[in-house]
Amino acid sequence: MSIEKTEELILNMGPQHPSMHGLFRMVVHLAGETVTNIEPKIGYLHRGMEKLAESRTYSQFIPYTDRLDYLASPHNNWAYVQTVEKLMGVEIPERAEYLRVIFGELARIASHQVCIASTALDMAGWSAWSYAFRDRERICDMYEMTAGSRLTVNIMRIGGMSAEPPEEFWPALQSFLDDTPEMLEEYYGIFFGNEIAMGRLKNVGILTKEMAENLSITGPVLRASGVDYDVRKAEPYSIYDRFDFDVPVRTGCDSYDRTIIRMDEIVESIKIIKQAVRDIPGGPIMAKVPKVIKPPVGEVYHRVENPKGELGFYIVSDGTTKPTRLRIRPATFINLQMLPIVAKGWKIQDVVAIFATLDAVLGEVDK
Amino acid sequence: METLNYLLETLNNLFLIIADAIRGLFADPQSVWANLTMNVINFIIVVIIVVLAALILILLERKVAGWTSQRPGPNRLGPRGWFQTIADALKLMGKEDVTPAGADKLIFKIAPMIIFCLPMMTLAVIPYGKDMAPINIDLGILYFVAISSISTLCFLMAGWGSNNKYSLLGGMRAVAQMISYEIPLLFSLLGVVMITQSFNLGVIVEAQGTIPFIVLQPLAFVIFMIAGLAELNRAPFDLVEADQEVVAGPFTEYTGLRWGLFFLGEYGNMTAMSALAATVFLGGWQGPAFLPGYVWFFMKVGVMIFMMMWVRWTFPRIRIDHLMHLAWKVLLPLSIVNILLTGLGIYIYRFVMGG
Repeated sequence: MSIEKTEELILNMGPQHPSMHGLFRMVVHLAGETVTNIEPKIGYLHRGMEKLAESRTYSQFIPYTDRLDYLASPHNNWAYVQTVEKLMGVEIPERAEYLRVIFGELARIASHQVCIASTALDMAGWSAWSYAFRDRERICDMYEMTAGSRLTVNIMRIGGMSAEPPEEFWPALQSFLDDTPEMLEEYYGIFFGNEIAMGRLKNVGILTKEMAENLSITGPVLRASGVDYDVRKAEPYSIYDRFDFDVPVRTGCDSYDRTIIRMDEIVESIKIIKQAVRDIPGGPIMAKVPKVIKPPVGEVYHRVENPKGELGFYIVSDGTTKPTRLRIRPATFINLQMLPIVAKGWKIQDVVAIFATLDAVLGEVDK
Repeated sequence: METLNYLLETLNNLFLIIADAIRGLFADPQSVWANLTMNVINFIIVVIIVVLAALILILLERKVAGWTSQRPGPNRLGPRGWFQTIADALKLMGKEDVTPAGADKLIFKIAPMIIFCLPMMTLAVIPYGKDMAPINIDLGILYFVAISSISTLCFLMAGWGSNNKYSLLGGMRAVAQMISYEIPLLFSLLGVVMITQSFNLGVIVEAQGTIPFIVLQPLAFVIFMIAGLAELNRAPFDLVEADQEVVAGPFTEYTGLRWGLFFLGEYGNMTAMSALAATVFLGGWQGPAFLPGYVWFFMKVGVMIFMMMWVRWTFPRIRIDHLMHLAWKVLLPLSIVNILLTGLGIYIYRFVMGG
């Protein structure tokens, strides 16, 4: 007697899985090794950020934003405090604006380094991973010098910056900027130039321009699909209109371009930081804001270009010390919806790689 | 000079002299009982080699990982972290032995035991020095490849027996991958067999007195290295235990010493494959006379193992369709071309030499 039947294998990947970048969970339907369907199940890390905001004062919510996209925490601070400043109509000092740009771009570099590292690690490129993390450590050191913490930096305040960078910050920054081209060459040499890595990333997980636009993808993932869109250029916030930089665009639409575009962005960030260091004026780093922050009645939406895409905050104020409603538009939450569409038909290994190139941070996805 | 030569000669034949002395204890040195005793002693020595190799290699692997990724590696336990493996082993022994519910218990339990036996069986036919093969059989290469392919079965048993989807995927990958790569692996060795006209590993080493076969068979060596890495499930071909995709493949459900046996088996197999490469392509125990043959042999094995570790920690993992493509469309034709070229070379050589 022989019993023969074939059936779909339903594999539950995550939330505890080595390559799920935190606590992502997806139910993968497999025909052999080929993926026929993916159901992303998000919410394992949900902490109710938006609801928490309603019971915190405006200043008290800043540390919570650190825990959104924890790989680029200054950026989340920035987006939030700028939203509140926009609501209150506060002008912040020049020096604080420049410092915000410097820390924001450092955060962009650090975040992209983690993306490169984790993409490499998800394909077992162990050394590339440790190279990128070694270099990211230097940025963490610079955070630590200024703000005292390394990951959740909490460096910005409504009206300016929390602290002036110490003396030793500037030489450390300078030497980091000088070493970056060499670092990027190293990443290319050990990982992106490798034949196996190219074979695994090139022409895999095609996200066409139309698909990207329809799914309202933002950030490097969008620009790797050939759309020239960056909030820093499209709707310049802070002082980005003063800097000379390009928005790197690639047209490969595949996993390889989605990853390597981050190397291009690091180069551009270096350019911006160099200009900011050159032009930074002296003066105070905090504007005169009242001790108790009470924005006027109204609502406001503000968006910035997070390393992972467009990060927006929407705040409704009823004139009290706490927001009535706070809504976060996280970049990777929206980018993540491409995963089931793009990954269908590829092998399980490719799904892991495609997920890595999205650079999803679950703190931001689950809020 | 005389004494030095005598000393070297003695050192070179040290183990043979000891063996003769043990045989001399018996009334008839060639009796069944003498042979049995010698076989038991040989077996114990091979077991010691496997365990020692694992002990050293686990530390070396972690050190190499450290060096390639610019960190010191384990350096806390003992001088320069040399006791790290012992600590690891103690930790494994202290762990609870868990058998998952719904597992096929018999298969689940015997899979790691079988895989641990394989390197002992394969290392038993390797000539460690002149006349120093524990068991000297005429079909050495064939025996080696046949035994090492049993490990495929172990991975499938572990994968099926665990009752875990990740393990099953890993087990199926193991079957697909290892069966594909056995063919180029054996074909790459055939060139050497054609030149020496023998499957006996001792004869093959003897034939490399003047020139190691890596010079005559460079293509075969490259094919052997790639196929050997795939056969061992070492990176970049470690799809079976790809922790980013299938967690740990067939090993996911194993704990404690059962998992440790898999580990020992992996490193034992790695030693065995390196030993085969050293024997067939690098000249085995042959080398300049100032060092004993077995020292040369183990140095060559060490170089091969270091190469494998170096590759593991720098290369990303290959994709499964590329893996199959490489085996069937690149390595297999190349190995057949190598056999053809070797045949032509032998023919021309005989024609020129008038044989």
